[in-house]
Amino acid sequence: MITASNVTKRYPEGREALRNVSFEITAGEMVFLTGHSGAGKSTLFKLLAAIERPTSGSIVINGQNLAALRKNAVPYLRRKLGLIFQDRKLLFDRNVIDNVLLPLAIVGHPAREALRRAQAALAKVGLPNREKTFPIALSGGEQQRLAIARAVVNRPAIILADEPTANLDAASAGEILEIFRAFQQVGVTVVIATHDPLLLPHLRPRVLCLAQGEMSEEHELATGGVAP
Amino acid sequence: MRSWLAQHLAALRDALRRLAAAPLSSLLSLLVIGVALTLPTAGWLTLDNLRKLTGDTPGVQQISIFLVIDTGKREISEIESRLRASPAGSWRFVPREEALQRLQAAEGMAEIIASLPRNPLPDAFVVTPTDARPEALEGLAKTFATWPKVAHVQLDSAWVKRLDALLRLGKLVVMILGALFAGALVTITFNTIRLQILAQAAEIEVAKLIGATDTYIQRPLHYFGMLQGALGGLCAALLVSAGLHLLTPPVAELARLYGASFALRGLSASDVIVLAAIGAALGWLGAKISVRIHLRRIG
Repeated sequence: MITASNVTKRYPEGREALRNVSFEITAGEMVFLTGHSGAGKSTLFKLLAAIERPTSGSIVINGQNLAALRKNAVPYLRRKLGLIFQDRKLLFDRNVIDNVLLPLAIVGHPAREALRRAQAALAKVGLPNREKTFPIALSGGEQQRLAIARAVVNRPAIILADEPTANLDAASAGEILEIFRAFQQVGVTVVIATHDPLLLPHLRPRVLCLAQGEMSEEHELATGGVAP
Repeated sequence: MRSWLAQHLAALRDALRRLAAAPLSSLLSLLVIGVALTLPTAGWLTLDNLRKLTGDTPGVQQISIFLVIDTGKREISEIESRLRASPAGSWRFVPREEALQRLQAAEGMAEIIASLPRNPLPDAFVVTPTDARPEALEGLAKTFATWPKVAHVQLDSAWVKRLDALLRLGKLVVMILGALFAGALVTITFNTIRLQILAQAAEIEVAKLIGATDTYIQRPLHYFGMLQGALGGLCAALLVSAGLHLLTPPVAELARLYGASFALRGLSASDVIVLAAIGAALGWLGAKISVRIHLRRIG
């Protein structure tokens, strides 16, 4: 589903954010991408979402090599991904339902079906009956649920989340991860970049650990978090 | 196809919503665009009215052939047959009685004519030449002058030439004015779209991140420019019509003093549509340029 081979990302000022990173994620997997801040998690997230391009190496998602993707093909790739950003990127001048409707409007869904889908997405993340509320009135956890609802309303096969539990208390973070778990259980591939993968040890996710731009270890969390 | 139409409708609705969202600034933009379009429109309308004043068919000129007083019927028919034989164009015989009646009908002339002992006017032919070039007219006039019983041939070509040159100059001025204000309209739209893009930067960024194509993002902005231009055009039509409404009574009064009946021609429905279409096209152009320059900076 996602294959990265020898991915290097160097920024113009000379900083090397990722060096020779390779990994493979199969369909239906749930993978945590961990590492200290500055280890390259967010850079990898940006490369996977085709927000930035690798300096060298290749990233293949669903058979499409992102490094060679034409600029006007990027929007169509993004529509197949459910993207959850670290700063959530909600629109605060629109209410909850309009935020969730945005991806469907972009694709051009008929209004009635779009509304039904958006309501279903909100129900799935546990935000029913808040359609007319504005995001500013939601708690941090609720805003994150809204961001997830917007990401999944197009029914993507892959969900990419950048620090979805940042700034949330343990209980809310656990609930958010349970939502991701539910999507994985119906066959969605879930990739979560987080500095704190120990939130849900019983989920037994695969963990890819980045350190200073390199893939330092890869392990199953359930085995104790130490095996290479 | 249906989804394409739905997307366009959505973009149009979006543009309308944005226009309505800031009524004061929208109104100001519309007024500025309206004024910018008013000046060339008013100039064009003035030229059009002037042209109407100088004859319904501009450029067509007439040659009057005045005969010697007391020309006989036989000689008149002789000239008629000469005219028929020449390739001059269409012509009409004006008997002296008819000329007198027409003069009497004119303002203030009735009394003067009544005081005359007899009809001082000659019989005349009015020729409308097919070839209206000044040289051809001069040639015709010279030929007519050599015919028997012709007292005088009148050709107002100098006057017509001057007026024609003046109208041409006016047309040029209106065109320059039009080009200038078209540029102004494009600039105004450029700026309002720039502000729109700044105001919606967050929305545009998010939309791009979750799979919006450039077309999707640009469409409402293009519609916005077009709508603003079209409404500005309607605004200009309103301003011009209001101006005409104010000018109509004094112009009618002036015409009456000259003994003429003349009414200003206003904007027709098709003129208004053309004006709105020009506004829309220029607005679209301004939006297109602005979008191309400013959208690159986001995302």
